[in-house]
Amino acid sequence: MSKHDLVIVGGGPAGLSAAYEAYKEGIRDIVIIERDSFLGGILNQCIHNGFGLHRFKEELTGPEYASRYIDMVKTTSAIIKSDSMVLHVTDNKEVHYVNKDEGYQIIEAKAVILAMGCRERTRGAISIPGTRASGVFTAGACQKYVNMDGYLVGKRIVILGSGDIGLIMARRMTLEGCKVLAVVELMPYSNGLNRNVVQCLNDFNIPLYLSHTVTDLIGKNRVEKVIVSKVDENRKPIKGTEMEFECDTLLLSVGLIPENELSKEAGVELDRRTNGPVVYENMETSIPGIFACGNVLHVHDLVDNVSLEASKAGKSAAKYILSKKELSNDYINLVNGNEVSYTCPQKIRKDNVDDVIEVFFRVRSVMKNKRILVKSNGEVISKVMRLHLAPGEMESVKITKEQLSTCSDTIEISVEED
Amino acid sequence: MKKLICITCPRGCHLEIDEETLDVKGNACPRGKEYGINEITNPKRTITSTVKIVGAEINRLPVKTDKPIAKSLMFDVMKELDKICVSHPITRGTVIISNVLGSDVNIIACRDL
Ligand SMILES: Cc1cc2nc3c(=O)[nH]c(=O)nc-3n(C[C@H](O)[C@H](O)[C@H](O)COP(=O)(O)OP(=O)(O)OC[C@H]3O[C@@H](n4cnc5c(N)ncnc54)[C@H](O)[C@@H]3O)c2cc1C
Ligand code: SF4
Repeated sequence: MSKHDLVIVGGGPAGLSAAYEAYKEGIRDIVIIERDSFLGGILNQCIHNGFGLHRFKEELTGPEYASRYIDMVKTTSAIIKSDSMVLHVTDNKEVHYVNKDEGYQIIEAKAVILAMGCRERTRGAISIPGTRASGVFTAGACQKYVNMDGYLVGKRIVILGSGDIGLIMARRMTLEGCKVLAVVELMPYSNGLNRNVVQCLNDFNIPLYLSHTVTDLIGKNRVEKVIVSKVDENRKPIKGTEMEFECDTLLLSVGLIPENELSKEAGVELDRRTNGPVVYENMETSIPGIFACGNVLHVHDLVDNVSLEASKAGKSAAKYILSKKELSNDYINLVNGNEVSYTCPQKIRKDNVDDVIEVFFRVRSVMKNKRILVKSNGEVISKVMRLHLAPGEMESVKITKEQLSTCSDTIEISVEED
Repeated sequence: MKKLICITCPRGCHLEIDEETLDVKGNACPRGKEYGINEITNPKRTITSTVKIVGAEINRLPVKTDKPIAKSLMFDVMKELDKICVSHPITRGTVIISNVLGSDVNIIACRDL
């Protein structure tokens, strides 16, 4: 058993940014544990551009964005353990990992940052009917095959799900010479960023079928056809609306799930809405000294927000290690109001907020010209206008320390008519 | 009036452009105006893809155009990339093809590999 100040689980953008910030705040003894052979996480396979506009004021590709952070972390004293898999994190902050050179190791840490990212929902998770033919892939797996390994998984493709990964893969496969016949979306709107709908579908005349779903999959050994049907308001397929697409591949882009097996085992309280840990204003989980950030906490669409959130976690972990001061148990609960599906953080300790706290949240549907209200005890403490809101685009509101001082034990965030 | 969504950054502002006067409305920053005008007069895209690499830990090197290139050239650029094979080591920013298809655009490497 060895001892280190800070252990970071996961070397994606969240882990890297957290490490860099903790170093800047004075922590020298940092270990980053990454199961892959490279740092950078999912960004290594996201070769498209659109990363870093807020963070670096430049439009970068995923690998470029990752490289910037890898270079920054290399200037610090952080120890990087790649090809190393974390198997357990305990509530007293022991981190158990395994790799080829060292075997099974245990680190006793003063603070731990969870930055394991998320994984994709699979066919099983959404239960698509039909035969068990080959040719069904998650969009992210297909992305890794084409962008890193150099394999095309098929030629004629139907994509289920219009989140960003689905849209990006529609363009990617088209550029590589495949025919993308349709992108099929259960909801009446796309969950992806606007720019991806424009750049990935409209540019190539790829049809987007909103309020549709895959109702059957036909094929003996390999996928031969998929059947797509329209759905009603309750998302139930409507008989008689079936369309047939002759294809060899079905890509699934049906959502991401934060990877929280380690957190759960450690006893960290999870939020059913985000599938990630419940955190305080400083990204600390229900276990003091264990922090979480990035996609493991809630699914992000912009890596810039991941870096920002992770730097907050890094800073907080540093403060925790250096001060060892117990924080008060007094906190404000953030609750979902009208049209709000979750908030992050979920709890705010007033006396631990410096000047202002930014609360991130998602809305339930696509809306125009609405007001975002922050209320406590029925009183509005802040309101902002939004011209455009969508579930696929994370929103945030800032609450100042002064505004917080007037709040009682709950704050509600809601979307109301202008 | 032409309605467009600005794709220069993830915010995706909804723009309205007068095709005659090239007057742009709805942009939250000056880059939106530029995008709107260009999209009407001369649409361009940054292309990101990969080329074959040998001797490295993975088989594909991510690359991109160092500035946006005419949208109409997208598939021709892909054909040029198909012809390329580089060998390890490559540093990020290395020019893989200069002045691709006679344009003033270079194809550059996006990571060290
Ligand atoms: C396909 C796709 C397209 C995207 N497009 C954009 C875009 O255009 N613009 C944008 O700004 N954002 C985009 N994003 C979002 C952004 O890339 C992610 O939000 C960001 O990468 C999340 O960072 P992370 O560090 O939390 O997770 P990850 O990048 O997933 O990193 C987590 C790391 O933890 C490691 N790990 C997990 N478990 C363990 C363990 N037990 N032991 C050791 N290591 C472990 C993993 O190997 C991984 O390296 C996209 C995301 C995806 C998936
Ligand atoms: S107008 Fe500016 S802020 Fe709005 S999408 Fe375009 S670049 Fe982004």
